[in-house]
Amino acid sequence: MPWSFDDNLPIYLQIIQILKCDLARGKYLPGEKLPAVRELAMEAGVNPNTMQKALAELERDGLVKSQRTAGRFVTEDKEKIMEVAKTLAYGEIARMIDNISSLGYSTEEILSLVEKYLTQSANKQ
Amino acid sequence: MNENIEMISGGAVVSDTVAEIKNIHKGYHQHPVLNGVSFSIPRGQIVGLLGPNGCGKSTLIKLMAGLLQPDQGEIRINGFTPGRQTKALISYLPERTYLNDWMKVQDLLHFFADFYQDFDLERARQMLQNLQIDDKQKLKTMSKGTKEKVQLILVMSRRAQLYLLDEPIGGVDPAARDYILSTILKNFDESSSILISTHLIHDVETIFDQVLFLDQGKIVINGQVDEIRELYGKSIDGLFREVFKC
Repeated sequence: MPWSFDDNLPIYLQIIQILKCDLARGKYLPGEKLPAVRELAMEAGVNPNTMQKALAELERDGLVKSQRTAGRFVTEDKEKIMEVAKTLAYGEIARMIDNISSLGYSTEEILSLVEKYLTQSANKQ
Repeated sequence: MNENIEMISGGAVVSDTVAEIKNIHKGYHQHPVLNGVSFSIPRGQIVGLLGPNGCGKSTLIKLMAGLLQPDQGEIRINGFTPGRQTKALISYLPERTYLNDWMKVQDLLHFFADFYQDFDLERARQMLQNLQIDDKQKLKTMSKGTKEKVQLILVMSRRAQLYLLDEPIGGVDPAARDYILSTILKNFDESSSILISTHLIHDVETIFDQVLFLDQGKIVINGQVDEIRELYGKSIDGLFREVFKC
């Protein structure tokens, strides 16, 4: 099953986002070897050149590094990966806050709603 | 720009452009079809040739395959004008079948293996097996979609420099479409290129590097997929619907 992409954004940017999530979730661990470009491209259902472009971008960010013949590896810098997770989390929060405030809630109200939701779901478990 | 740069690869000198189309004009009798089409296909890229019905896609592909002669302009495939040499370099999937329908799949495999030096029999057998096509079946007794799959398998099993695929997925179901697209991705390598004409853009746009929009015999858009998405803020499919709105 190919990855699903949003129609209105460049594909390589979306691949970067998906791979960052994979790193944050620990699908690929620090220092682990990544699958070959072609393999990842097949999995995603995208052109290998597009996958290559996304990986080059991650490399520029220092999240992966390529070793000439051995392939590409996830950085061993755990903090860097935690930083990625945090950025992704902030992104999600920003999106959520935007959506809720568009319904007319104030900052305080949103905060109390979120707290309430979290206690309720904690009680359920 | 880059077209004159030559790379050394495996001892052979290979240019980084597989196909060069310059100012092609072609008409049938009084009816003009292509009015000055120019573009090039870089090595290792998958290019989508998109346009409404009757815009000249198949004519352009036939010119590149050497089945038609242009009225004006120049076509170079790996530096050669279409002819005997280029037929060995190009693997062409026509819009209509030309295979004899009394033939069994296994006959076709041998037919292709005899005809083309670059035909990879093992690769073809593997794909037939994956799509559960019985090689003892005759083409005549197959559904339209299965026939299309067989043809595409034959074409993609050649190790060609340039694949010209004219509407390769029109008649196959969505599940087989996914398999076929991944087959295309898997089988092409950095030294070859693919030109795919289609109007099922949504299903294939993630595999293109570059797309060409052909309208009334002219290229109206030519660009890298992600650059187009970035520039217009919409998918190739969305842009197509806008450009060719009826």
